[in-house]
Amino acid sequence: MATTETMTLNMGPQHPSTHGVLRLVLELDGEIITKVTPHIGYLHRGVEKLSEHRTYHQILPLTDRLDYLAPMHNNLGYILAVEKLMDVQVPERAETIRIIMAELTRLQSHLVWVACHALDIGAMTVFIYAFRERETVMELYELISGARMTSNFFRVGGLSQDVPDEFVKRVSDFIDVMPGYLDQYEGLLTTNPIWLKRTVGNGVISAEDAIDFGLTGPALRGSGVDWDLRRDNPYGGYEKYQFKVPVGVECDTFDRYKVRLVEMREACKIIRQALDRLKPGPVLADNPQVCYPPKENVYNSIEGLIHHFKIASEGFPAPEGEVYQGVENPKGELGFYIVSDGGNKPQRLRIRPPSFVNLQAIEQMSLGSMIADLVAVIGTLDIVLGEIDR
Amino acid sequence: MAENNRAVIKLKEKFASSIIDVVEFRGEVTVTVKKDSILDVLLFLKQSLQYNLLTDVTAVDYLGKKEERFMMVYQLYSIPNKDRLRIKTPVTEADCTVPSATQVWGTANWLEREVFDLFGIIFDKHPDLRRILMTDDWVGHPLRKDYPLQGPDREPYKGRLS
Repeated sequence: MATTETMTLNMGPQHPSTHGVLRLVLELDGEIITKVTPHIGYLHRGVEKLSEHRTYHQILPLTDRLDYLAPMHNNLGYILAVEKLMDVQVPERAETIRIIMAELTRLQSHLVWVACHALDIGAMTVFIYAFRERETVMELYELISGARMTSNFFRVGGLSQDVPDEFVKRVSDFIDVMPGYLDQYEGLLTTNPIWLKRTVGNGVISAEDAIDFGLTGPALRGSGVDWDLRRDNPYGGYEKYQFKVPVGVECDTFDRYKVRLVEMREACKIIRQALDRLKPGPVLADNPQVCYPPKENVYNSIEGLIHHFKIASEGFPAPEGEVYQGVENPKGELGFYIVSDGGNKPQRLRIRPPSFVNLQAIEQMSLGSMIADLVAVIGTLDIVLGEIDR
Repeated sequence: MAENNRAVIKLKEKFASSIIDVVEFRGEVTVTVKKDSILDVLLFLKQSLQYNLLTDVTAVDYLGKKEERFMMVYQLYSIPNKDRLRIKTPVTEADCTVPSATQVWGTANWLEREVFDLFGIIFDKHPDLRRILMTDDWVGHPLRKDYPLQGPDREPYKGRLS
């Protein structure tokens, strides 16, 4: 009598479609997946532990190394949590520039997602196109912060410096052409029979399951849950902007693809509204207890230099208490939970990583499908291992 | 005010003897409850008060600062009502076990594994309590305050010598 047995297959951690160092141990019945066991932690750098030994200003550069595809969004989440803890008001211009950068970051994160997701499934052209547009956003990053990825541009109370004059024109030019490029990607994918075969009905997760697994962001909206932190619990000035929140119907990979593409178009609209609101003014709050002094004071007066030295070396004491700030990262809800014991360093800094929580649903979404479909599920979850492992 | 929060009113009615403390700071409400009733409180909040999304599970180490060393923290969110609530429960070092919330939310699985890995808190009735970020053979729990920053058996970093 013939017997059948399942096979165990190791996938990753150096597998091109696992988006970093994710290792999956698969149990296979033929080519059908019966069990998925993810192994993570290859990129664990102990950011939460390190943060307990640094002042609030010194933690900021650690945060943009979490989700390296959306550095400014990580900065924003952390900065907003500290500002909530310190009760700091941010000038309007700084707030508007933060929103422009946050939405450009959403664009570039989704561009990398569409590029890699399509490449994993076999559509190479989109990869080249999307990385071309991402390059423009990287150049804007470089223009304002001097760095392409590790931006470290925001400060508690505002921004590290004002943006150069050409910034507004270059952003404006970019978002003028961006919807056309999105049409181009859609032309290549949305009605492409191969794309449809690979994504429609793949990785289905119902709304109840999605909430039970704690999915957030486009992964949750793809399952038809109409929830966006920017609209429902506005932070950092998002209440002043009008935008649509797309939701899916079929709860599959194709609907999550459509949700993200609409999000990119909405991001362009938010940036346009923000550019219209941008007025000259200060970019850092006048709060000497917490904020760095303006650079001209540091260079030209001894008091300014002492002030800078004091803030840079010992930071500022935070009131005793605890705050949680969640922001709508391109991947989902990114949360920073700060517990302060009254000192200049946090007692505990907890980062709530969206990719980590979303990845947990991978088994639910891929059971009973083929190995090749698992690759599409990894792509549609849009994970970044730097954030999962912290 | 915290007293007017919809969840706090209901919790005070139902779990009067279990509530240790209610605090509001920067508009965020935190309710501290006794460890014995944590699962009942979470289940009640999910089923009766629509706190359907478990955003985060984590712990804080108060070594030398509080009598009970650890504090478990649950961040809840209600998608229908769009509000947040934080539930905390103190855990002593001698009895480092907490009932697992995996029966209430699937999310708790990995989040509790992480707390176990980094703090060494045991979750009772957890289906798969293994380390998640550190390797399986790792000794110690890195986010405890008595675990050295530079790692075990290494000299502390003294800054640049040049």
